[in-house]
Amino acid sequence: MRVKVISRSNDEFTRERSQDLQRVFRNFDPNLRPLGKAVEYVRALNAAKLDKIFARPFIGAMDGHLDAVSCMAKNPNYLKGIFSGSMDGDIRLWDIASKRTVCQFPGHQGAVRGLTASTDGRILVSCGTDCTVRLWTVPIPTLEEFYSPGKSSEPLAIYTRQNAFRAVDHQWDGEQFATGGAQVDLWNHNRSLPIKSFEWGTDTILSVKFNPGEPNILATSASDRSITIYDLRLSSPVKKVILMTKTNAIAWNPMEPMNLTAANEDTNCYSFDYRKLGEAKNVHKDHVSAVMDIDYSPTGREFVTGSYDRTVRIFPYNGGHSREIYHTKRMQRVFCVKFSCDAGYVISGSDDTNLRVWKAKASEQLGVVLPREKRKHEYDESLKNRYKHIPEVKRIVRHRHLPKLIFKAGRLRREMIEAAKKKDERRKAHSAPGKVVTKPLRLRRTVKEIE
Amino acid sequence: MADDLEAKVKKYLRGEGANLEVLNDKKLKTQLAIREDLYGKSAKAAADVEKWLMPSEGGYLEAEGIEKTWNITQESIAREVDILSSKNQHDIILPDLGPYTLDFTSSGRYMAIAGRKGHLAVVDLKNMSLVKEIQVRETVRDVVFLHNELFYAAAQKKYPYIYNQDGTELHCLKEHGPVRKLQFLKNHFLLASINKIGHLHYQDVTAGQIVANFRTACRSDAMRVNPFNGVVSLGHSVGTVTMWKPTSSAPLVKMLCHHGPISALAFHSNGHLMATAGRDRKIKIWDLRKYDTLQTLPGHAISLDFSQKGLLAYGNGSSLRILRNNSDSQSYERYMSHSFLKGYQINKVLFRPYEDVLGIGHSMGWSSILAPGSGEPNFDSWVANPFETSKQRREKEVKSLLDKLPPDTIMLNPSKIGSFKPPRKKEKPTKDEREAEIEAAVTAVKSTEVKKKTKGRNKPSRRAKKRQESIAMAKRPFLEQQMEEYNSGQKRKISEEVQLPPSLQRFAKRKVV
Repeated sequence: MRVKVISRSNDEFTRERSQDLQRVFRNFDPNLRPLGKAVEYVRALNAAKLDKIFARPFIGAMDGHLDAVSCMAKNPNYLKGIFSGSMDGDIRLWDIASKRTVCQFPGHQGAVRGLTASTDGRILVSCGTDCTVRLWTVPIPTLEEFYSPGKSSEPLAIYTRQNAFRAVDHQWDGEQFATGGAQVDLWNHNRSLPIKSFEWGTDTILSVKFNPGEPNILATSASDRSITIYDLRLSSPVKKVILMTKTNAIAWNPMEPMNLTAANEDTNCYSFDYRKLGEAKNVHKDHVSAVMDIDYSPTGREFVTGSYDRTVRIFPYNGGHSREIYHTKRMQRVFCVKFSCDAGYVISGSDDTNLRVWKAKASEQLGVVLPREKRKHEYDESLKNRYKHIPEVKRIVRHRHLPKLIFKAGRLRREMIEAAKKKDERRKAHSAPGKVVTKPLRLRRTVKEIE
Repeated sequence: MADDLEAKVKKYLRGEGANLEVLNDKKLKTQLAIREDLYGKSAKAAADVEKWLMPSEGGYLEAEGIEKTWNITQESIAREVDILSSKNQHDIILPDLGPYTLDFTSSGRYMAIAGRKGHLAVVDLKNMSLVKEIQVRETVRDVVFLHNELFYAAAQKKYPYIYNQDGTELHCLKEHGPVRKLQFLKNHFLLASINKIGHLHYQDVTAGQIVANFRTACRSDAMRVNPFNGVVSLGHSVGTVTMWKPTSSAPLVKMLCHHGPISALAFHSNGHLMATAGRDRKIKIWDLRKYDTLQTLPGHAISLDFSQKGLLAYGNGSSLRILRNNSDSQSYERYMSHSFLKGYQINKVLFRPYEDVLGIGHSMGWSSILAPGSGEPNFDSWVANPFETSKQRREKEVKSLLDKLPPDTIMLNPSKIGSFKPPRKKEKPTKDEREAEIEAAVTAVKSTEVKKKTKGRNKPSRRAKKRQESIAMAKRPFLEQQMEEYNSGQKRKISEEVQLPPSLQRFAKRKVV
């Protein structure tokens, strides 16, 4: 007879010395774990609840400005700093970690309308309603600045023109920057007059943005409700799309440079492919008042918007609705938002003269995350993703507290949209089949596309 | 080899894939198709990795020549096997303290023993040492471990008690009454008990609340929890087996199994197989998917148990038999047998988890014999670890408390959690369900405590009248519902089917069913 019995010797299954790790043996057989699905569901529920418990997105406010913050700029070479300009001409460089002003750039007589940093981060370009474009040198951040705030520097150059400027943007990989005001001007750092001027129509240019992938493509939005694409090599505008309402801000997707998203006055954001401007790729709906500013995360997977309705929302790049909303009683109309360069934070500048720093993921653990903690967070994320359609989990994951006005306004908008939709359906039902055609929302909001 | 791999992959796939054809949403369909692909890949990876992660093969016993496996005695096995396993074969003789019953922890390391005359003990089987023994001086009918070896519950004469590892009495569970059999649902932390009167109680041992309390109709001698889905089944003295869950007052399933009282029940860990033994000298093996008998074996059995690998042991009188499932014929055949001296009456047989050992509690003490091939050779440290240190045990306790399942996740098919119910119109509850609901409402009302009034307002006639009134109030909504349905049935007019144009659809009369 042949016989063998399970016999486990202590040496193989316990540790040799007390400074060794304990031995772990794994058997992934599902039969050893009955009710695995129920346990997973309970874990997903707990993960959703813990997520909400740890959701504290507000980090701090940086105050110092004496008037509303009108524009912000990121310095690509210095992650910790952000430039901000206010409506009374005050430009400051902030250190986000200590929430203090590192350097001030006084000089503008009126509101500062646009701020941008050059590619190497050494020069700051600002433009304002006092018809000037000023260039400043950015001080190298050293330990000294930390202890002597309130340093101010003299402008490198001041260029004056006839009309007020509304926007400025620097080329991603070059020496030129463009301003928008009465027309689009292309400048070089050293010339006091613009190299080139573009014009298509007679309306004010509200915002200017260079394409991150193609250094010669430029998108602008004007007050004739249009979005225009310019090519610097052709030295002429390429194409234009006219929407139903004006676009306040544009942002290019840094990971997919052919896509741009426009923050519109009709509370929606429209994502376009600039090669095919006639049809919006996606409509991002959630705000209840005009969207004032938009900025993409460096991952290209989500973008942040700030709106006139006092909230900041974070949208996924391909989703129709926001995944997160941030609001505070003290934060008034949000005029500008920026996503930090490490995709971890969102900075909003608002009417109440403060810049606020928020976390991009509300329940994220800041600081050094140990590998086991990181694995647990990833596991919790994937659990929530797997069970997010179940009503109990969905209710918890979706829940956000909204200010009363926004909640009511959102409800009203939904009712109005539902009513219009119902009317449309009835119109369709009462007419001959095929006579009434409903255009999708992506197409409905464009008036026409012009080459 | 390929078939082997395929079988392993199938095991890790945990059921069929989802049917994506019924979806209309293209975006969702592509997302789910990608996910299904990932599942397939991970199942394949797990099957491939198995041979590195799981080094030990199980035990086996093979007869050579004309020898049959069931003729092989324990002494001959002991001669062939290594010395370490010889400590697993022992007989402990304690003749005075009554027939013994036993229970193992989920890791198989500790054993709790209870003698009928009041002897309770916890034994550490790895070191073969006695942890603690106490004498409670009362009849003890059953003993069961709670979530780890520190706590065990003993069903004593009047009430069940919960004891600590040191023998300290922690709790006296008065609501349960004189309990016959105890079972512990590990994932839900529920202690289920059936008492002499036929009441089934579920108590949550973490916070101590009674989750449910049902009156089962008739006496039951056998109680077992199905590890696959957490459903408790009772074997009654009329020959029926009923299955219960804590959230419904009527049993989930009621099946007539034997012509006489049911003496023992056991469940296979895969959830499909159930073995029942009755006084009509039959042992039946059931398929729980179709509720059909797979096999009927002749014989008595006072106790039945399935091992982790699917071996079935049954004991009767002073002998026991172990049956093994033959893979090609899908039926249970004799594998091993063992008999004691005439005076030993077997009370309980239980396989030890993760070891090739069968524990037997009998009237003269307890024994343990070797049963090669019965235990799972590769354990998972995070599920049950026979080499657990106290730190690991504490961590595991906290983690398992966090993963505690609420009692309403117990259902016959546990894979339904997380799936969508097909949309259906609101169906009327059937007559049985309705009666069960009324019954549940009435018992709820009856069990509520009425405040006793003072100053002469507490007349018995008034109390009785109040009780009748509250029962009538509890029944009223159901009766009103019935009256409504009856009336609407009278009013229903048979209207002809008119196809309205699409613009007037909203004015169409909804049919009253």
